[in-house]
Amino acid sequence: MNKDYSEVINKIDMVATKIYNDFQNADIPSLDLPTRTKANIKFDDNLSVWKYGKNTTQRTAKSLDGAYMLLRTMYMADFIKEMIKIKKSSTLREMYYISEGWDLAKFHSQNESNLLAEDLEVITGCMREDFKLRPEEDGARVIGNLTIEEVTRNNTKKKIHCQDDVGDAGYSIPYNVEPEKITFKGIDADYILAIETGGMFDRLVENGFDTSNRAILVHIKGQPARSTRRFIKRLSKEKNVPVLVFTDCDPWSYRIFASIAYGAIKTAHISEYLATPSSQYLGVTPSDIQNYDLPTDTLSKEDIHALKSELSDPRFQDSFWKQEIKLQLKLGKKSEQQALAKYGLDYVTDTYLPEKLAEMGLLKK
Amino acid sequence: MASVSAHELAKKQKEISVAEFFERNKHILGFGNQTRALITSVKEGVDNGLDACEEANILPDLYVEIKNHEDGECRIIIEDNGPGVIKKQIPHIFGRLLYGSRFHAIRQSRGQQGIGISAVVLYGQLTTGKHAKIISKVEADRPAIVNEIAIDTNKNRAEVISRDTIHWDKPTGTRVEISIMADFKRGKRFVYDYLQSTSIVNPHAQIIYKEPDGTEHVFERTSEVLPRKATEIKPHPYGVELGTLIKMAKHTKARQLNSFLKTEFSSMGDRTTNAAIEKAGLEKNLNPKEMTREQFLALHKAFKKVKIMAPSTDCLSPIGETLIKRSLKHETQEISPEFIITASRPPSVYSGNPFQVEVGLVYGGNLPKEESVKIFRFANRVPLLYQQGGCVITQAISSIDWRRYGLNQPSGKGIPTGPAIFITHVSSTLIPFTSESKEAIADVPEIENEIKLAFRECARKVQQHINKKIRRVKTREKFDLITRILPEIAKKSAHMLDKPVPSLDPIITKIMDVVWIEDLIEYESVKREPIQTTLTENQPEQKEGVITKSQIMVVNYKHTPQKFNLYAIIPQDAVVGTVSPKPSKITDNYIKWNLDTIPPANKIDIVFELAGLSKGDFDENDLYIEDINPTYVIGADKWEGD
Repeated sequence: MNKDYSEVINKIDMVATKIYNDFQNADIPSLDLPTRTKANIKFDDNLSVWKYGKNTTQRTAKSLDGAYMLLRTMYMADFIKEMIKIKKSSTLREMYYISEGWDLAKFHSQNESNLLAEDLEVITGCMREDFKLRPEEDGARVIGNLTIEEVTRNNTKKKIHCQDDVGDAGYSIPYNVEPEKITFKGIDADYILAIETGGMFDRLVENGFDTSNRAILVHIKGQPARSTRRFIKRLSKEKNVPVLVFTDCDPWSYRIFASIAYGAIKTAHISEYLATPSSQYLGVTPSDIQNYDLPTDTLSKEDIHALKSELSDPRFQDSFWKQEIKLQLKLGKKSEQQALAKYGLDYVTDTYLPEKLAEMGLLKK
Repeated sequence: MASVSAHELAKKQKEISVAEFFERNKHILGFGNQTRALITSVKEGVDNGLDACEEANILPDLYVEIKNHEDGECRIIIEDNGPGVIKKQIPHIFGRLLYGSRFHAIRQSRGQQGIGISAVVLYGQLTTGKHAKIISKVEADRPAIVNEIAIDTNKNRAEVISRDTIHWDKPTGTRVEISIMADFKRGKRFVYDYLQSTSIVNPHAQIIYKEPDGTEHVFERTSEVLPRKATEIKPHPYGVELGTLIKMAKHTKARQLNSFLKTEFSSMGDRTTNAAIEKAGLEKNLNPKEMTREQFLALHKAFKKVKIMAPSTDCLSPIGETLIKRSLKHETQEISPEFIITASRPPSVYSGNPFQVEVGLVYGGNLPKEESVKIFRFANRVPLLYQQGGCVITQAISSIDWRRYGLNQPSGKGIPTGPAIFITHVSSTLIPFTSESKEAIADVPEIENEIKLAFRECARKVQQHINKKIRRVKTREKFDLITRILPEIAKKSAHMLDKPVPSLDPIITKIMDVVWIEDLIEYESVKREPIQTTLTENQPEQKEGVITKSQIMVVNYKHTPQKFNLYAIIPQDAVVGTVSPKPSKITDNYIKWNLDTIPPANKIDIVFELAGLSKGDFDENDLYIEDINPTYVIGADKWEGD
């Protein structure tokens, strides 16, 4: 289980060397990295996910902001080296607080330090996990006919069955879901159902949907954490199970789906690790609002702006999304998963999901 | 209908009394309603007091008090420390309309028509039936005289109702108490505004104002120097009216036309006199007293056809940029403006009347951002409170496109919106007011043009100031970058690789690649002898003086040696003290240095000292460079010549 970090240290030193050599050659120190915006993501045909394109951004000491970025990058790199040496890890938030002692290089917000950690991933081609940095948020919950073997902190392997060995809250996904930490043993299910809200997850658990419909239920807790996406990706790929995403019907939920299926803009450098290109969007769709006559709210100004922005997002360019987004803009309405309760508590498990699954060819009637 | 004989008609014609004249014309005299009456009364009293002090070379200390009664009667008390008025003159000055020493003199003065204070006395008498009380003291060791004055409205003569002597602590001075019907509730704000404005353009005066409820406002003196005395000049041919010309000819002592023109008018030398007489087709030995109306008309027309030198402009007494700035700084303390900028035009002439325009601009601080800019208008040191819309000052401001200077102005015309106050002071021997109430300056193209030029200059300075501020921030950033951040990056990378720290010098010149000029202004207090400014002896305390010390650092961050000339602009009224290194030239306006070759990464320190200014008068260096590509330099602009 002791991972070899020498490659990571090498890559980090390469960053320091680049800067050091710039000084030696009387060049203004700089680092190049891919531009991390919507405009610079391209579909990678080999990996079937969205990756950064050819546009690069230069962080140069010519400007004050650039110089600060370089200084912080150096401090963070040095800090990571140190952690590897003393065999510790820290949360992103801890690193943010540790930066208080970095004098000029200290961060002014955690967002700044998170972004820089991602930058460093992009520059070195390593993953955050290699840097011994972990996120604050806990992973999601899982219930279904699945057996996981996890290496516990006592360094012993423990098998967990995600129905029999867990309570109603389910199995909790750890921040590290790499093979050295967890492996998938047995599974008997037809698909993975990723659910946005806790309310809906609990509804399906209470109604016994995991058993009745042979589903692995994953509560993704809004925008899913990296480890949740990585977990879904590994499970889907290693055990060859399709992934269905079930969210609210609003632009922000579509982005949740996009990050699971295609990769997120912010983490496009590691899309192939995190994204599950075969994922399918189950609902709730704007068409469902019409077909099921669901209770709705009016789209806010921000919602409309987000929808329009999605129309120009390269990840939403297929005909399904274009049609649905345009329909939603026309309706001017949005809806929630739990709006299905309009027809009773069992409606979602008895009627809505079976109908949608049949529509998608996953349930033979 | 039966015809009416001339005799019958004559019976109906009678002299209109001043009271009737006043009653019919009170709106044009500034007594149109009870609010206006209040302000006009205060204004006339204050103008009178300031004029009296200045004429006697005394720094004015004014006391203004208003007592308000329930029934709308206000008692206005205005006291000055001027020379006082001698007994014989009191009834004339305070009790006769159109009486004054200033009406005939051609020079800059506050009042012009002499309608002033006596109109207030008359207004008070007409509305309250009460008499005015005048206290005057002309000598320090004599008692003061108290007079009660009334105006006989039929004869336009003053009546002294009572006269007495009393003890008064003041060495000399005048105190006027007049009861009038006025609306204090509505006029309150205007009175305050008027006195504050007056204080801005009269930095040498102190005004204490006590409101009916006992609240006291003190508008402090910010200058210990009396304004230059406006001298009297003779009329200029371009500005003289035909009637005046005829009247002057009737009263002249000259016996011949050419000497009449030379002695009674300004700017008339032999050549111009002869040219004018020739153009008019007249003889130069003509007796001016015997000239016909046609001859006068020809002469009057001929004036316009001859090129005559502009009148001398030393009859004007402008406030001066430094004093305007100091005054504004003092009065806008609570606003804590971002900057105050002033501009002053050289004197100019319209129809033979000299005039001069000074403007100031206060920007930022707590001033409201969403409202129209505040416009303060002044004529001969008197605030103009009404008829803003009909004034040439407003017209000039409205015609400038302010959008380039960071103010909002739909379609680039009209009064702009933004956190700013505009001040305009027009001084002239004859301010062309639109009406007798003297509230707006008429639309005279020459004046409008000068105001525009002054504001354009101001706006340019604003632009410069803003640019400089932006540059300063950038410069500061670069400095941080090379002195703090870059060394850290180098240190950290060396530490991570366990190598020696690399040298930064070549990269510093590469990143900066400029000649960098930074400056700092400091004030040093020094004791100095008091300046004798008044005839009275009651100023024993020593005044603190200030030396303004300006330090300039020039660093060559280019990779080649640099050599150029540097100019530092200094205020005209400053006295230059120590300058180092040795300048190549010092004028009224600037100090110039020839900076010899500065090697890369080397610096030169420059220091100069200015005396004769107050703290804050000179708060920003204005630096220019010559004989170097201006894009190489941060902190100074290209020198465009003197």
